[in-house]
Amino acid sequence: MMTILGIPTQALFGQLLLGLINGAFYAMLSLGLALIFGLLNIINFSHGALYMMGAFVAWLALNFLGLGYWPALIVAPLVVALVGIIIERTMLCRLYKLDHLYGLLLTFGLALIIEGLFREGYGVSGQPYSVPKELAGGWNLGFMFLPIYRGWVVVASLVLCLGTWYAIEKTKLGAYLRAGTENPTLVQAFGINVPLMITLTYGFGVALAAIAGVLAAPIYQVSPKMGSDLIIVVFAVVVIGGMGSILGSIVTGYMLGLVEGLTKVFYPEAASTVIFMVMVVVLLIKPAGLFGKGA
Amino acid sequence: MTLSPSVPSRQKPFILALIGLGLVLPFAVYPVFLMKGLCFGLFAAAFNLLLGYVGLLSFGHAMFFGWSAYLTAYAAKEWGLTPEIAILLGVALATVLGAVVGWLAIRRQGIYFAMITLALAQLGFFVAVQAPMTHGEDGIQGVPRGHLFGLFDLSDTMTMYYFVLAVFVASLLFLHRVVNSPFGQVLKAIRDNEPRAVSLGYEVGRYKLIAFVLSSAFAGLAGSLKSLVFQLASLADVSWHMSGEVVLMTLLGGVGTVLGPMVGAFLVVAIQDFFAGIGSWVIIIQGVIFVVCVLLFRSGMIGVLAPWLKRRGITG
Repeated sequence: MMTILGIPTQALFGQLLLGLINGAFYAMLSLGLALIFGLLNIINFSHGALYMMGAFVAWLALNFLGLGYWPALIVAPLVVALVGIIIERTMLCRLYKLDHLYGLLLTFGLALIIEGLFREGYGVSGQPYSVPKELAGGWNLGFMFLPIYRGWVVVASLVLCLGTWYAIEKTKLGAYLRAGTENPTLVQAFGINVPLMITLTYGFGVALAAIAGVLAAPIYQVSPKMGSDLIIVVFAVVVIGGMGSILGSIVTGYMLGLVEGLTKVFYPEAASTVIFMVMVVVLLIKPAGLFGKGA
Repeated sequence: MTLSPSVPSRQKPFILALIGLGLVLPFAVYPVFLMKGLCFGLFAAAFNLLLGYVGLLSFGHAMFFGWSAYLTAYAAKEWGLTPEIAILLGVALATVLGAVVGWLAIRRQGIYFAMITLALAQLGFFVAVQAPMTHGEDGIQGVPRGHLFGLFDLSDTMTMYYFVLAVFVASLLFLHRVVNSPFGQVLKAIRDNEPRAVSLGYEVGRYKLIAFVLSSAFAGLAGSLKSLVFQLASLADVSWHMSGEVVLMTLLGGVGTVLGPMVGAFLVVAIQDFFAGIGSWVIIIQGVIFVVCVLLFRSGMIGVLAPWLKRRGITG
């Protein structure tokens, strides 16, 4: 058996792959958070709960409607985006003129409600969701065994993240979005429907979280707690990356996933805390975050 | 105990009446419930010093509350120390943790400050999950209350109650004094207009840090008391749910008021006791209260009652 630094390559690459997958979820969630923050000036605490909801919609669709993985990948984000749009139109839109902290508190309350309702309905234990049969099995790459589904998650998340980045940086719609982040009043004066843009941005941001949830369902169990465990780590990722740059939040997400994976190999005791420690170091060296501007 | 000179004369009878109420209430209401309310009231008052008077939202106060509870419980149980020493140790730990977390977190403002405190508290949570001294999921159970100063037997519920009440009243008067001191005026100036406070020559960072350390020390005191009252320190005390609960208490009672956090704490504790045992409804109801408070009553219960209280010259 091959080894690197005394670690079998199978274990090393296996953990790195798992790290990359975690990183994919960090990237998709922090990307959504950054998009929403840019336009709404709100940190969406319910992002984790909506990610969980995405996974649950997939599970419910399978068990009650017989809808498989592929339709769920379309249906779950649409359902969650609709929920998000309702939240934005009925509640968040009343807070834009207030201190940003109220948005955080409101979405924290929403996260408690959503998580509590799913706990009430389905208990705290996880529900299994099997890998779609098209992606079952794996390839032996020689230095490691690659389960096809995990490879798919990494590729799918990369395509989504880079697609979003391209849409924001290179298309006309993206230009409106960036202009709206910069100066909403002026953009509105040019005849662009800014409130609609805000609503759709929120819907899109939470839809990304929901897709992440569906992708995560076959890897982790579908459980009401899966969102709150993740969202705090994603906050640390956001602090490390800074929310100033879209590409920055994507890169930071994958990078920290890999760091976590490596820590699992070399010093497993610190695996759950390493991202927070990286945050401390970044705060000491570059308080604005790796890709951040200003405070 | 003399009331601080900053308390306007018309508030004195009101405060004395509240203390009197605290003295007789355990004969009418279950004392353990009252002690829980007082512990969380102190916790919320400590938290409110930051949110209400400096405008800093800490989402990580469970770290100070929980770790202080752990150390007090450990010192009382494993080292056999007397309660006052165990509590002092807990408060000392919370103070040190507060200094470190505050020093890191005040590098950023607003939302980032909240996220940093939340993340650091989660770091504290994971350490508690792994450290052997905390006994993981079980927590430190069966903590002996001991004899206060070697004289008063705290295993007697009423003795424990009056001790908690005394600590609570003294702490609240101290926090009230801090808020109304020249130092407190600077804090409010920072809250209302930070750039202006900087331009007036105040070292804003230092004031924020001192306020943060004070707040975490009193949060620790609350945690230490709680671990003696319930004879238990557990992971629930350091979890983000606890950080959220103290925000809820303060928001529900009224941010930036003296009485608000106490009122909010008693309400939240009452809700918890009432809905305990019926699944996840406590969490759902807490979420609903958050949403309703943010959308409709941003000034909290005391804010709603304030005009009435003001007419009677009770809050100034």
